[in-house]
Amino acid sequence: MNALSIKNLKKTYSNGFTALRGIDLEVESGDFFALLGPNGAGKSTAIGIISSLVNKSSGSVSIFGYDLKKETAKAKSCIGLVPQEINFNQFETVKNIVLNQAGYYGMPKKTALMNTEKCLKQMTLWDKRDTVSRRLSGGMKRRVMIARALVHAPKLLILDEPTAGVDIEIRRSMWEMMEQVNKQGTTIILTTHYLEEAESLCRNIAIINDGIIVEKSGMSDLLARINKDLFVLDLSDPISNPPQVDGYDFELIDNKTLQVTVPKGKNLNLLFQKLSEKNINVLSLKNKTNRLEQLFMDLVNE
Amino acid sequence: MNNFIAFHTIIRKEIHRFLRIWPQTLLPPAITTALYFLIFGKLIGDRIGSISGVTYMEYIVPGIILMSVISHSYANVVSSFYSTKFQRNIEELLVAPIPNWVILFGYVGGGIARGLLVGMVVTGISLFFADITVNNLAVTISVYFLTATLFALAGFINAVFADSFDDISIIPNFVLTPLSYLGGIFYSVTMLPEVWQKISLANPILYMINAFRYGLIGVSDVNINVAFMITGGFILFLTLLSLLLLHKGIGIKN
Repeated sequence: MNALSIKNLKKTYSNGFTALRGIDLEVESGDFFALLGPNGAGKSTAIGIISSLVNKSSGSVSIFGYDLKKETAKAKSCIGLVPQEINFNQFETVKNIVLNQAGYYGMPKKTALMNTEKCLKQMTLWDKRDTVSRRLSGGMKRRVMIARALVHAPKLLILDEPTAGVDIEIRRSMWEMMEQVNKQGTTIILTTHYLEEAESLCRNIAIINDGIIVEKSGMSDLLARINKDLFVLDLSDPISNPPQVDGYDFELIDNKTLQVTVPKGKNLNLLFQKLSEKNINVLSLKNKTNRLEQLFMDLVNE
Repeated sequence: MNNFIAFHTIIRKEIHRFLRIWPQTLLPPAITTALYFLIFGKLIGDRIGSISGVTYMEYIVPGIILMSVISHSYANVVSSFYSTKFQRNIEELLVAPIPNWVILFGYVGGGIARGLLVGMVVTGISLFFADITVNNLAVTISVYFLTATLFALAGFINAVFADSFDDISIIPNFVLTPLSYLGGIFYSVTMLPEVWQKISLANPILYMINAFRYGLIGVSDVNINVAFMITGGFILFLTLLSLLLLHKGIGIKN
């Protein structure tokens, strides 16, 4: 069964701006799905419509087979949303924020208290349960929103840029948490500007640009399409001109840093051998661009 | 059952909110109305004498109680729901499987609770200044409750359309307060020139204040049945309008 099924979804705002021009999307149950796109592409509008925060102009959305328009309550019960911006009451305590959300989903108090404790412990926020939320750090506030989204045990968790603006340590711990939640059977839809995040976590991907889906495939299939890699080489000795080697494109960044474009299938050993023959010694090498980032730029610029 | 739990959650949250900030919500009306009773009722009222067979202090008590109910039931919903929009935690409600009527009744219930609680505080203070014996308990309680409901609904609609904090103070300052003062809190409309008496009858608050005054002290300038019909009609209209606004998502979605 599909966790999410969108058919010909369109949205034109009252100011005349068309955010979605008719998108079709299916996300399988249990998937970890990335929805990517540049700013203003229509990601947040799509997520807003799925989570009932934005009215659609036309088209249909169903969540685990429940039509969002006809079986609204059942469809909504399946969704947990972590929005882009902090949107809880900053004057409430952490515990009350999560507990109230459980109440909005009709959860009896005893179960709500148990789930609240479980989610706050999972997000390592139990010690902060009586803290007024405005006193939390940015990372903690993000984790409160995740705990709040998980409290009713949703089958579909939508994460709209959940790691935006958090430090790398918290981001990595949030990745672990997301993987853990997905392994427990929750379908996850993730939007993010950190493409390495999508690449390492998600199994399937859709790229949206200018209100239409420009790419929809498995992550591994998509990455297999990459036809070149870009590397930066740190040299032991300065050089004045980029070397000429058949099959590789070089660019001199500075006299001790060289950038090389390596076509898919070309051997790096051969590259090092050729450089060595020209008395160029490489101290270290790093991949300049994230692989998905490269594809993403190609697709949205087409 | 689910809807009841959601309703209970919203109303509990709303009551907790205004009780938590009681120095802003419960204390000011106690002080303000005590001053009204002292200055208008005691100091000036003693020189005015009686109106409709009761002392001036007794005459103004019902109006002052109801004015507190009106302003606080309105203020609670307009400020709370607008803050919910402003902080975007309205999204917590919109994503959840809560019917619109539960959201509406939850917030309106919070407004009614504050209006009635403030009304009780003011009534308690009035007992230090006037000896009030209830003329008709059923009329008193029903007008008390219906007025709080009506203005909680009006506050909700104001909050839906508000785009800034200025927008939530315009109606209370420039509409509700003048209409309350001109609704016969401090005087009987029969004391006005005939043309102003007719104009006053277009003020719906006049009917509520007089119905409440009838319930408390048995004195009214208007027909009580008409007062109930007007109040009930407004409640019905504002309820339907609020549900329509929620259904369309006006001022809330997008």
